[in-house]
Amino acid sequence: MTTLLRSAPSTKARTSTGVRGRPLLRTSYEQDLALANTPAKRRSMIGLIVASFVVPFLLTDDLLQVLTLGMISAVGAIGLNLVTGYAGQVSLGHAFFIGLGAYTGAVLGGDPDGSIVGYGLPIWVWLPAAGVVAAVAGLIVGPVAVRLRGLYLAIVTLGLVFLGDHVFREARSITGGPGVGRRGAQLEIFGIDFHAMEPIEGISRNQAQFLLALVFLIVFAILGRNIARSGVGRAFGAIRDRDVAAAVIGVDLTKYKIMAFAMSSFFAGVTGALYYAVIGVFEPGAFSLLLSIQYIAMVLIGGVATISGSIMGAMFIALLPRISQFIAAYIPGELLTVFQLEAILYGALIIVFLIFEPRGLYGIWLRIRNYWKGWPFSY
Amino acid sequence: MPEPVVSVRDVELAFSGVKALQGVDFDVFDNELFAVIGPNGAGKTSIFNVLSGVYRPQKGSVEFAGIDIRGMRPHKIANLGMARTFQNIELFENLDVVDNLMLGRHAQLGYGWPSAVAWLGKAKRSEVRNRRRVEEIIDFLEIESYRQLPVGMLPYGIQKRIELGRALAMEPKLLLLDEPVAGMNGEETEDMARFILDVRDELHIPMILVEHDMGLVMDLADRVMAMDFGKPITTGTPQEVQAHPDVIRAYLGPVGDETIAELQEERA
Repeated sequence: MTTLLRSAPSTKARTSTGVRGRPLLRTSYEQDLALANTPAKRRSMIGLIVASFVVPFLLTDDLLQVLTLGMISAVGAIGLNLVTGYAGQVSLGHAFFIGLGAYTGAVLGGDPDGSIVGYGLPIWVWLPAAGVVAAVAGLIVGPVAVRLRGLYLAIVTLGLVFLGDHVFREARSITGGPGVGRRGAQLEIFGIDFHAMEPIEGISRNQAQFLLALVFLIVFAILGRNIARSGVGRAFGAIRDRDVAAAVIGVDLTKYKIMAFAMSSFFAGVTGALYYAVIGVFEPGAFSLLLSIQYIAMVLIGGVATISGSIMGAMFIALLPRISQFIAAYIPGELLTVFQLEAILYGALIIVFLIFEPRGLYGIWLRIRNYWKGWPFSY
Repeated sequence: MPEPVVSVRDVELAFSGVKALQGVDFDVFDNELFAVIGPNGAGKTSIFNVLSGVYRPQKGSVEFAGIDIRGMRPHKIANLGMARTFQNIELFENLDVVDNLMLGRHAQLGYGWPSAVAWLGKAKRSEVRNRRRVEEIIDFLEIESYRQLPVGMLPYGIQKRIELGRALAMEPKLLLLDEPVAGMNGEETEDMARFILDVRDELHIPMILVEHDMGLVMDLADRVMAMDFGKPITTGTPQEVQAHPDVIRAYLGPVGDETIAELQEERA
């Protein structure tokens, strides 16, 4: 028996060191179902979070901004992973939902005195609203997934990106149109302006934005993890692995496919709104197929059907321009520009991960973990 | 006459001209192990697909637990209490054993997405309560050591057992077993036979069994229906069906009366 779960369902025995000094012995189902169900996970999670709160005071501002945007993208990647990784419904339309969220946020939270429509509502309104609008769009698209699957669904969701691209370009009164763009939502919480150029209480703008993104990511990562470990996440996995069997054991395929799209789109919506609020100015061209591909890359490189993998993938993709700048310095002459190199790296990395590590960065992490778990033995 | 758990009346199922089922007619009663036999392509699995709502028959009626379920969607029928296993294992191979069994209890979870997202007390309590029931099934089927492993990695015989477990987790009123011992070795077959008998004697769940292993069918079944080319040949006790000339012909081809008499004598 691996965990002796059936022995004593008492809750009194729960201590951080486990029962009778045996940290891996779990004596209740609550313990087994916990987010961090081993002491090692608990320690590393707390360590990681503490370290993340210290990071902004150690790094330079430009690197901080890269990480900030990476953390916000991570929420979108978690969303895509819910629908594509967990529920197995391939979606190339993620850019569309991100765009919807970005414009909803920008309109509701934008500067009322600006040149383009904005209502100046607080973040407590525009951030959830951006998620809800995108989720409603997901609800409308969801039924298509009930009829189609695999490549056909991918093509339909691809169409969504082109549809969105066109609408965003033409709706100049809302989006500013191509080449012009508009400002994102105002970023102000409890009277603190996250766009302020002057440091507040010794915390610079980039540091403040980093901390905001960190809290945002922690909240949505926990929500994502809750979905994954509950009956909803299990139903998603069942639909991905065997849809006929899922229906025969009582999973309503229509309901859960639509739910997967709606939840994923909610995550995409809030990501869009916050991402472009931090960036400042954005134009309709941002929500092209390339953005969808970027998110697919985050999921594939990070790890399909894992929340922590989505975060790793998003951070990796966010840092990719940095990495390619670094590599470009070693490429002689005028052979490649940094941007060309970045595009090549994207493609190459997706192929390399699909072939050599289908479980993504998460899989690499698992391997490292298991190596040290058994060290100095090989297993 | 007691009320039947499921009653199938004159069901006809056709795939654009090809008649998969014709005039299928049977009842299954409480606490009964009803077997369906027949050569390949006789329509045995089609009956299961009609019962569980995967196919919609063109004619006839299917009544389960007093409700007409013809044309009802599969998950609704499942929620009425019909569980099944598949001929070719249909487990969720990337999920672990516990998750597969917990999915059997999906309809009993009793919380929606809002409490799932927030992991509020309700979701947590329900997960713990259902996990406890799942552990009873893990205990019943003696698969404790596989709990946390993805089912795709497990040996075939164990996967078959987990599929039975997933069906049992639904706490069904009727259990459909589609070739539970296909491809198993002798020892695995005996294990499965023991579990099927335990299900009948301890859990008192009526079952419909489709199986090619005639020894198993004849030993376990209370009543047998033999089929060929989508039509039922005869229904009766295992001995009656085994001795029926048309059943022998269905398996052996057009043999003469002497051969049949010989076989019947051999069996008697």
